[in-house]
Amino acid sequence: MALLEVSDLHVSFPTPDGVVRAVRGLSFAVETGKTLGIVGESGSGKSVSTQTIMGLTRGARVSGQALFEGIDLLAMSPKELRSVRGAKVGMIFQDPLSSLHPYYRVGWQIIEMIRNNHHEISKAKARERAVELLRLVGIPQPDRRVDDFPHQFSGGMRQRAMIAMAMSLNPKLLIADEPTTALDVTVQAQVLQVMRRLQEEFGTAIILITHDLGVVAEVADDVVVMYAGSTMEKADRYETFGAPHHPYTEGLLQSLPAYGGERERLRPIPGQPPSLINLPGGCPFHPRCPYVMDRCRAEMPPLFEVGGNPAHTSACWLSRDQVERAALRTKVVGQPLAAPAVP
Amino acid sequence: MTETGASSHRVAGTDKDVLVKVENLQKYFPVQTTSLFRRNHDQVHAVDGVTLEVRRGETLGLVGETGCGKSTLARCIARLCDVSAGRVIFDGRDITSLTPRQMRPLRREMQIIFQDPYGSLNPRRRVGSIIGDPFALHGIADGAERKRKVQEVMELVGLKPEHFNRFPAEFSGGQRQRIGVARALALRPKLIICDEPVSALDVSIQAQIINLLVDLQREFNLTYIFIAHDLSVVRHVSDRVAVMYLGKVAELAPAEDLYQVPRHPYSNALLSAVPVPDPKKSSDRHQIILIGDVPSPIDPPAGCRFHPRCPKAQERCATEEPALASVLGDSAEHVTACHFPVEKGEDLSNTSRVSVPPSGSQTT
Ligand SMILES: Nc1ncnc2c1ncn2[C@@H]1O[C@H](COP(=O)(O)OP(=O)(O)OP(=O)(O)O)[C@@H](O)[C@H]1O
Ligand SMILES: Nc1ncnc2c1ncn2[C@@H]1O[C@H](COP(=O)(O)OP(=O)(O)O)[C@@H](O)[C@H]1O
Ligand code: SF4
Ligand code: SF4
Ligand SMILES: [Mg+2]
Ligand SMILES: [Mg+2]
Repeated sequence: MALLEVSDLHVSFPTPDGVVRAVRGLSFAVETGKTLGIVGESGSGKSVSTQTIMGLTRGARVSGQALFEGIDLLAMSPKELRSVRGAKVGMIFQDPLSSLHPYYRVGWQIIEMIRNNHHEISKAKARERAVELLRLVGIPQPDRRVDDFPHQFSGGMRQRAMIAMAMSLNPKLLIADEPTTALDVTVQAQVLQVMRRLQEEFGTAIILITHDLGVVAEVADDVVVMYAGSTMEKADRYETFGAPHHPYTEGLLQSLPAYGGERERLRPIPGQPPSLINLPGGCPFHPRCPYVMDRCRAEMPPLFEVGGNPAHTSACWLSRDQVERAALRTKVVGQPLAAPAVP
Repeated sequence: MTETGASSHRVAGTDKDVLVKVENLQKYFPVQTTSLFRRNHDQVHAVDGVTLEVRRGETLGLVGETGCGKSTLARCIARLCDVSAGRVIFDGRDITSLTPRQMRPLRREMQIIFQDPYGSLNPRRRVGSIIGDPFALHGIADGAERKRKVQEVMELVGLKPEHFNRFPAEFSGGQRQRIGVARALALRPKLIICDEPVSALDVSIQAQIINLLVDLQREFNLTYIFIAHDLSVVRHVSDRVAVMYLGKVAELAPAEDLYQVPRHPYSNALLSAVPVPDPKKSSDRHQIILIGDVPSPIDPPAGCRFHPRCPKAQERCATEEPALASVLGDSAEHVTACHFPVEKGEDLSNTSRVSVPPSGSQTT
């Protein structure tokens, strides 16, 4: 059984303009020691889905199931959920200042986190652990920096301190929502390396939410591609990047600059993502899809198995035979999907 | 594609081909820091001695970590701020010490497109009047004539004429950036500075805006300074690229040269840090992971500014500042400020000062 198994999650927000249907029937599973990447454009429901699972969305209508170690998180009381957050599931957000308190020393915040959950640990021991964690995430001179305030840290250091805090209780699952989006590539590489190391050492399962396809390709074992609140495609990273089935996944990949060689025009996905209040009928991607058929406008496709691989599913009416699918691409787009080169 | 051909034939350095020339440009900001005993009046060395030129019709990319001085350099060139020292020459004219009033007629020749398509547009004004600003400011065209010109430029950037009376809030991020592009393009400037023009946009929309910028450049022979932190986007649009570190240019080269044979250890680190959207390639490349953070621009390191983090640093680097020059037989077009530039094929990832992720750590 997977560590976390989410099935048929729906989340909607009643607003004065109408009901925002932020997540519509999302299902995924995360295994111990593995990283699941969730990608999609902004507004596709990535943050809402994980925040809902952790009981952090207010005023939302929620249905579905989120089994963590076999127990449904969505059926837990707020108090039970609080004991899961931090202790069993650590969270990292895009903006580290939103979870590091500006008035308290970084070390103190980690120590409090540890002591609140493990009353038997002495202050001195907790401090030792905090220094150790800061060292683990690559903060230089951790025994001194442990007494710094958050504003004395650089952006990258704050992000690493937040990882240290999220890891302080040795959680089984780490949810990282755009953890490196605000960082420079060099610092991003440091932070991703820290996450990878922690995973190796502690077997932590990670959900990595990002809109950066490069980051997903580097660190995710499995990938969920979301669009307008639904899963478009699910596969391991080699399939996702090497043999995508869904036209939206394909569109995302081919809109990246294909570096090297001649300066070609980019191939964007035309149009805009839909309004979540007035979703198009049928397949939500149909107004932007180059392969659209009559059926797509009328019927929402379920997730189908692609190429006889149960680990690869795609919510699309096109042929699930990968050879036929590739031939169709050549016919419609004019050329096979080229992989971008290493910069 | 014809574009690439044209740019590689461009002759280096003749003054007629140069639109912007920056000589030893410096920009310091005063800051107050309080240490335990006294208040210091320090200075941030935001741009600290930059010399470069931007050629007519080309795109010069500017890359480097946050705070390295890219936007400040751009703002100095457009004279949106005063210059502390050095010279800025625009279209053959020294504009270093022009007053805002003297700058005014030149404003229409240089425009800026900003990162934030949300923050840079006044939400209470209609799109047509926002795009009409440059005409109003320079007293060009009135009434129906102005409306016609505005709609013409709206069409150029892919907005519909009926959008004229709408408000920015009714537009998506990509469309708002089109409004920014339209406003910059309105008076057909010679130079457009694009400061992170696509960073706030989703990938699929980024590609739409980049294509638009490239098309407009061809059509109107525009010159771009293109600032972005996405190195693959910079590579796609730029003829030449300058890599900045702590207020200085570390390396400047034709885009392909820089990406294929980066000479400066910092350029190497920067390029190797870019995540590759191809898992087959990302698992077997050597990533250089720099240790530590960018030092404070208030008190930058002596000698080569990169030496505290450089995997190749030697004693000399801590005392002697390297000059920007062509190295290891590179063409005069490819210049690097480093005493020990990186040879082609040299692997920096197993040098002592950097850490390397354990191999195969991501494949299980
Ligand atoms: N008005 C100001 N007063 C004081 N310091 C400033 C001011 N503007 C910029 N700086 C400092 O100058 C340095 C260069 O800033 P600049 O905005 O040019 O960086 P940048 O390369 O554009 O970074 P980013 O990638 O984050 O946009 C930074 O250290 C910054 O903090
Ligand atoms: N509290 C809320 N009330 C109404 N709409 C919301 C609320 N929170 C999120 N949404 C909407 O839900 C959609 C999904 O948001 P989110 O999960 O944050 O997207 P992302 O994929 O960028 O993380 C967006 O359209 C967002 O505006
Ligand atoms: S179901 Fe139809 S519209 Fe949707 S992605 Fe597949 S082909 Fe395109
Ligand atoms: S001059 Fe020395 S410290 Fe600076 S980049 Fe070159 S090798 Fe590194
Ligand atoms: Mg989000
Ligand atoms: Mg900037």
